[in-house]
Amino acid sequence: MAEQENNSAKAVTSTEAVVEMTHVKKSFGTNDVLKDINLKLLKGENLVVLGKSGSGKSVLIKCLIGLLQPDEGTINVLGQIVEDLKNEELNALRKKVGFLFQSGALYDSMSVRENLEFPLRDSKDLSQEEKTGLVEEALANVGLSEAIDKTPAELSGGMRKRLGLARTLILKPEIMLYDEPTTGLDPVTSREISELILEVQKKYNTSSIIITHDMPCARITANRIIVFKEGVAFAEGTFEELSKSEDEFVSEFFEQ
Amino acid sequence: MSEQTNTGTVEQKKADTTTEVKESVKITAGLSKFFEQVADFSIFMGRYFRELIRPPYEINEILKQCYLVGYKSLGLVGITGFIMGLVLTLQSQPTLAEFGAEAWLPNMVAVSIVREIGPVITALICAGKVGSGIGAELASMKVTEQIDAMEVSGTNPFKYIVVSRVIATTLMIPVLVVLSNALAFIGAYIGVNITSDVSFPLFFAKVFEALKFSDVLPAFIKTFFFGFAIGIISCYKGYNSNKGTEGVGLAANAAVVTASLIIFILDMLAVQVTNTILN
Repeated sequence: MAEQENNSAKAVTSTEAVVEMTHVKKSFGTNDVLKDINLKLLKGENLVVLGKSGSGKSVLIKCLIGLLQPDEGTINVLGQIVEDLKNEELNALRKKVGFLFQSGALYDSMSVRENLEFPLRDSKDLSQEEKTGLVEEALANVGLSEAIDKTPAELSGGMRKRLGLARTLILKPEIMLYDEPTTGLDPVTSREISELILEVQKKYNTSSIIITHDMPCARITANRIIVFKEGVAFAEGTFEELSKSEDEFVSEFFEQ
Repeated sequence: MSEQTNTGTVEQKKADTTTEVKESVKITAGLSKFFEQVADFSIFMGRYFRELIRPPYEINEILKQCYLVGYKSLGLVGITGFIMGLVLTLQSQPTLAEFGAEAWLPNMVAVSIVREIGPVITALICAGKVGSGIGAELASMKVTEQIDAMEVSGTNPFKYIVVSRVIATTLMIPVLVVLSNALAFIGAYIGVNITSDVSFPLFFAKVFEALKFSDVLPAFIKTFFFGFAIGIISCYKGYNSNKGTEGVGLAANAAVVTASLIIFILDMLAVQVTNTILN
């Protein structure tokens, strides 16, 4: 129990919002995926978004980073309105926001070293030695130092997720977006990844949005949880508050 | 009885009309989809030219793609070229011998290979090897969110992936065609010497005697267009793939089929344009 408490997210005291979504709507054809979403992510906070498949969770974070355009509403990230940004400004903002994809999205044609160096290719002020140093540091942070010259195909599912995380952390982002970080992993590796997310929050003081179905991951990482139902934020609270909810839909998640 | 026949005819007419309407709706939908794709492809090509001239330039990636497209295709293109020359010679020899025109064999082979067979066959082989590879690779990158990952890391994936590959195919296909033609001449020389005895200098003197500047230049220029077509079509099919893992196979297939068809169309246009200019 004591170990569980050590490995759980602490309460956030900051009131400064680093992400603010206001009345965001997104449809694909006749399918309304996001219906009037209002959401705030506070500085240093881990916000977990729970919801069934197809409830719009991944669409939410893709809108946030500008991979998808919302039909209505505004998205403010680090004081900038995403829809108003020009390409160069959006690219600059994206360097401050890390995105861990569900599949890891590693570049298959590159080695682990090249995967990690890729986000640094525009950093003209860094020498090759400095880049190598950053790569080695990022790999050490996720416990993958020995895999530096391997290719992604030679890595296990958990290692690929950790490598994906190392690649996003190399730019030292202020905000991290995790799209189902523990999907497809065994319980032990899932726990390792969840603890790594918590470690990243503490070490880099990042604010994170974590999309997941995995309740142990939510319990370990969440400062606050939002439950999505059919494109709307249906319930909100801490893990403890929501686990006591009497709502049938919410309690279904916590019965796992 | 007559009333029943009339009712039957009316119903038959109604059914025919419904079928006709359904058919016309299908044709309209098909045409509309075709024009949508043409418009979409035009936008894609427009973006290619915009990104091509806009810095930064991905020199390392372009060189890497040139190596993959050019060097990695040398073996296949070389063997095909050699066999092409050998077979063409062996097939033509009996017919030319019948007319007592065997001495013209090197001239005929040279013109056929340089003007038509070399560029078209090499381009078709590259459409199969390089085009399917690019189509499948890009579609797979899309499915596994690698393209999105590039975008969120602040890199322009279109420039990095598409522009570099199209430049590589545009520059490397002409080089491969030249190599293929050279090996086709060697194949033709061996073919001629299977049945008769022609010296190496004499054979090549006849080959180069037959070739005019107006044979070589238009044929060489069209290979750049073939290379561009292979690159841009394969990238378009792969980059816009959207059916998950199934889409990877579909993109590879569509890249080869469309690029091959476009190569024939471009070849036809090139012949028309060349003839118009030369006449």
